[in-house]
Formats: sequence, structure tokens, C-alpha cells
Amino acid sequence: MGEAISNYAKRILPSTDLDRLLEALQQKGYTLVGPTVRENAIVLEEIEGAEDLPVGWTETQEAGSYKLSRNGSEEYFDFASGPHSFKKYLFPPRLKLWQAKRHRAGFKVEQENDQAPSYAFIGVRSCDLCAIEIQDKVFMGDSYVDPVYKERREKAFILAVNCTKPGNLCFCSSMDTGPKAKSGYDLAVTEQLKESEHVFLIQAGSEKGHELLEALELADADEGAVEFENKQLEDAATSMGRFLDTHKLPSVLKNNFEHPRWEQIADRCLSCANCTLVCPTCFCHTVEDTTDLTGDVAERWRQWDSCFTGDFTYFAGGSARASTKSRYRQWLTHKLSTWTDQFGTFGCVGCGRCIAWCPVGIDLTEEAAAIRATDLVSD
Amino acid sequence: MSLRKKPKLAVYKFASCDGCQLSLLDCEDEILAVAGAIEIANFPEASRAVTSGPYDLTLVEGSITTPHDAERIHAIRRSSKVLVSIGACATSGGIQALRNFKDVNEFVSVVYARPDYIETLNKSTPISDHVWVDFELRGCPISKAQLLEVVNAFLNNRKPNISKESVCMECKMRGTPCVMVANKDPCLGPVTQAGCGAICPAYNRGCYSCFGPVASPNAGSLSHWWESKLGVDKDKLVRSYRGFNAGAEAFRQESEIHERG
Repeated sequence: MGEAISNYAKRILPSTDLDRLLEALQQKGYTLVGPTVRENAIVLEEIEGAEDLPVGWTETQEAGSYKLSRNGSEEYFDFASGPHSFKKYLFPPRLKLWQAKRHRAGFKVEQENDQAPSYAFIGVRSCDLCAIEIQDKVFMGDSYVDPVYKERREKAFILAVNCTKPGNLCFCSSMDTGPKAKSGYDLAVTEQLKESEHVFLIQAGSEKGHELLEALELADADEGAVEFENKQLEDAATSMGRFLDTHKLPSVLKNNFEHPRWEQIADRCLSCANCTLVCPTCFCHTVEDTTDLTGDVAERWRQWDSCFTGDFTYFAGGSARASTKSRYRQWLTHKLSTWTDQFGTFGCVGCGRCIAWCPVGIDLTEEAAAIRATDLVSD
Repeated sequence: MSLRKKPKLAVYKFASCDGCQLSLLDCEDEILAVAGAIEIANFPEASRAVTSGPYDLTLVEGSITTPHDAERIHAIRRSSKVLVSIGACATSGGIQALRNFKDVNEFVSVVYARPDYIETLNKSTPISDHVWVDFELRGCPISKAQLLEVVNAFLNNRKPNISKESVCMECKMRGTPCVMVANKDPCLGPVTQAGCGAICPAYNRGCYSCFGPVASPNAGSLSHWWESKLGVDKDKLVRSYRGFNAGAEAFRQESEIHERG
């Protein structure tokens, strides 16, 4: 995705100066959101400074398994995707859209005008950056713009982290969504821990980022640091734990709607919706109308929904997708096939969250590969 | 305040602990609004003053466990325009449905000095096994927010906003990392209906399924994962499905599969 490569100069930020950068963001009025350890996982929360980052923590992931552990490293970003993505800030799980009050014979609608905070997202990996780019198309890509998303998105500052530690479930190399952040960030860093020094190679990707960086008055990066960064990213690109063959994948899946594999997945799938809710690109939601006891006040709320629920396709007479087979097939073919027709990219960024957080370890790379391997309409 | 005649509310109890109907009295902040919107016509836990039926909205707590109760519920249905069963007992038979897996006469002979005084049914069954139920509100106990929502929806002539989907959705919306994935704790959340707000996972415990099975539970797949990846043995599997909703069809079947070995 996005081929734009920044022309701004690369600088060196000593790791001990990370707080200077974070404080500069706070002084500009940003609320910091970044990775931190909570409840046996590295989650995304509001943070106060560098001390809240998961220094010395890492994790190992398998299908249906996420194991947090201490590794004693001094690194700040030595881990792969966790259970949260930044979508929870741009596309909140539950939100009041408006309320209406009875007024004479009719009613009066009052819009919700709460101002969203300006978030600075700290430590956004390239996969998640691409996921934000995908959601930008969904929520702001045509004439129907979502004002909630737009406000939050436009106010946000993005501090990306080039990913040098892909995990066992990562496959951004397959999806062309990483490990290097190509565009869409304000600042991007590459963490470098060598024997004698611990630094961040830092580069602006926008005017906003450039201004902030200039104010920090950092030294230019030398050739050695840039070469080391190239090597780090080359190594990362070839150490993905998962692989997805995307060659003609949309048509392979379209040709295999009646593949027996769908039924086999349905035997395992719990239809619990976890995959869709951890996915950083899934955008489905529902609206719910509520009233107070007197019926004088009504509210409309928006909340996350999932194509794995029966209510999702419920209309008079029942659910259009009543079986788990039809729900899983809908989800996987949307991500890896019909999304390309709808939005021009895959709906998957290779972050591996759906694999780790599936309670029974269903792996979409394995399922897509199994269908390709026994393609019913191979050409 | 809109002008309308106050609908009449009745609350009845069958085999149960009273906890669910007390949730209504426990609505401290909202109880006056409830009393303002609805006439509490027959609710012995709240008032000795009983107004005769028919009732516009009847809440029924508890399961059917005696021949007398199996008759009584029909009379209640006849005097109720809308009947809502509340709680795990009323919607699946409750914890007392554990008797359904054994010989109840054996229990009676061991527990009571005069077993011949006891008249009881072999099985504890939900209200919907006996009469038409307009809505089933799950939970052990029910959530008072959901109870208010049901009363509220009834008063405003709309469908209650009560999800039939998994507890997982509540965990994900509140940002709780999955206890099964991150801690290897067996959790019934993926096969359990939402409504509690995912309380147990929020306190780092697996779900006990107080709210019973989701609309389309795949308990077989979950059990397989527990056995093969989390080292859960057959006894624990049987016990897990035999909680407050042991009598719910999906859980009854699943527990019996593992009991047979």
C-alpha cells in the first residue's frame, strides 16, 4: 500500500529523550494513546509518558494463544500486535449519535456535539497504519462521510514504529502492508538497540511531524544508522511467521463458494465474532434506539456489530446468513476477495489478530491456502 | 409526561431464589420512575396490596418443579396479556435442573424424613415448556439494566434491545483481553449469551454461562479446544455445562456427550 516515501531527513533520537518527544505532543494538546501492559496482554490505552510503555515485555503468539512474558530487554517496542487496534479510538465501540425529546405534537432532535479529544497514537505499526488507511476509505472515501470518524481522524497525530520484530502470526510481507511504514504517518521511528547505544532513528512524514521534530533539535542520522535500519527491515520482511499467497486470490475464492472446506471450518467456528472485533479494518456496526420509561426521551446509539451474528442479516422471516458456514465464508471472502471490488485493496493487513484471538485458533491463512490447494475450478 | 393509562404489572414466583424479582426493587435510581409509569398490581415482595387481574405485563421467575405449579402457570398465562419469564430458572430450569440428570425420587428418599409428603416432578423445566412466553430474559441473576429495558420496551411498544450474541462481544467492546487466549482459562463466553457486561472475564475469570447458550452455540468445538489445548478433563467439562443453565438444550446435550465419555 501507499508508495510515498518521506523526503524529510532522518534524525537520531536517543532513547532517553523519548519523553521529550511525548511531552512535546502533550504540550500541543494531544492525548497520548499507546501500548501498555494490562491483564496479561499489551493493550492500547491512554498513557502519560514513556514509563507506561511495555519496556522489557514481549509476547509469543500461536493460533488461539497469546502469551505475555518478560524478556528483560530495554526496548520499548519489542512485541507484535496485541488484542487492541487504534480503531477503538477512531471508531468507538459504542457511541450516542443523538437524542430526541418530545416537543408539543412532535419531537426535537439534539445532536451530540461532544468534542473528541486529539489523540497522538504512539507506536503504530505499518499494518495498523494501512488498516487506518483502509478505514479512511470506508468512512470518508465517498460522499457519505462519517462525521465521528472524520473528526477523530483529522485531529490525530500518528507516531509510527517501523516493525523490526514481526511475530509468529504476522504476514504483512504477503499483504504488502509492512514492515516499513511507507506513508500516512506524522513521524516514524525505528528502534535500534546496539551494545553501546539505544536510539530511535526518526523521520517526519508530514509538515506537522516535521515541525515537532525540528523543535527537538536532534542530530542527523549517520550512514551507519541508516544502513542498520535497512538491514533491520530486510530481516523483518523475511521473518514473518505466516504467509498468504495473494496471487489471483480474489478469483480463487469467488470460484469456490461451494468448497467443502467451508463446512469443515463451520464445525470449528464458534460464530462468536472475536475475529471481526479484533480486526483493525472491520467496520460493521448497528444502531439501536432506546427510550426512557416515560417515552419522552429517545436516544440513538451506534455500536460495533459483526457479520457473525444472526441479527446482522435479520429481516422479516429470519437471518439471510443463518448458518455458521455462510457467516465465515462471508467474512473471509469479504476480507480477501470482494473487498478488492469494493475498496480496491484487500481488507486484510496481515496483523494476525484474528488468528491469535480466535478462541479455537482458526487461521485464515491456513483456510485460504486449503481452499487454493483444492481449488474446485483450477485453471 | 405523556398521558396514558398506567399498565398493570404482576410478578410471580416459581422454584427460584427470589433474586431476579428483587432486581426490580434493586433499581434504586429508577424505581420511582418505574412506579410512576406502571401500576404495581400484584407483587407480593413489594406490597401486600394486590389488585386483581388481568395484567398487562407479567414477570415470571422460577422453574416448574411440582404438579401444582404446572397448573398454576396456566392460570397466570390466562390472566396476562404479555408474559416475560425472567432468570435462568424460568428460562432453562435453573440450577435445580441438575435433578433432570438423576432420579429425583432417590433424592427425596434421602433428604426428607417423610418422603410421602413430597409431591414433585422428575424434571425442573422452564416456563416456555408449559405456556407461551412472549419474551425470555436470561441471567442468574438477571441484569437490572436489561430488566428495565424490557419494561421500558413494553411501555413504549418497541422490541427490547437485548442481544442474543456472545459474551465475547461484550469483552471486546470493553477492551478486556480474552482470558482463554491470554491466560489459558477455560471460558464459556463464546457459547454464552451477552447481558452481564462480561463481568467474570473483566476480573480475570472464565465465564460460567449465567446467561445460557447463544442463539447458535457450537459447544462441541469449544469443548474440543478445552480438552486438546487447555487440558480440561471430562468431569470438568460435564460440570462446566451443568451450571445455572444445565437444562438448556445445547448445554444438556453437550454435558451428556462428555458424561458418556
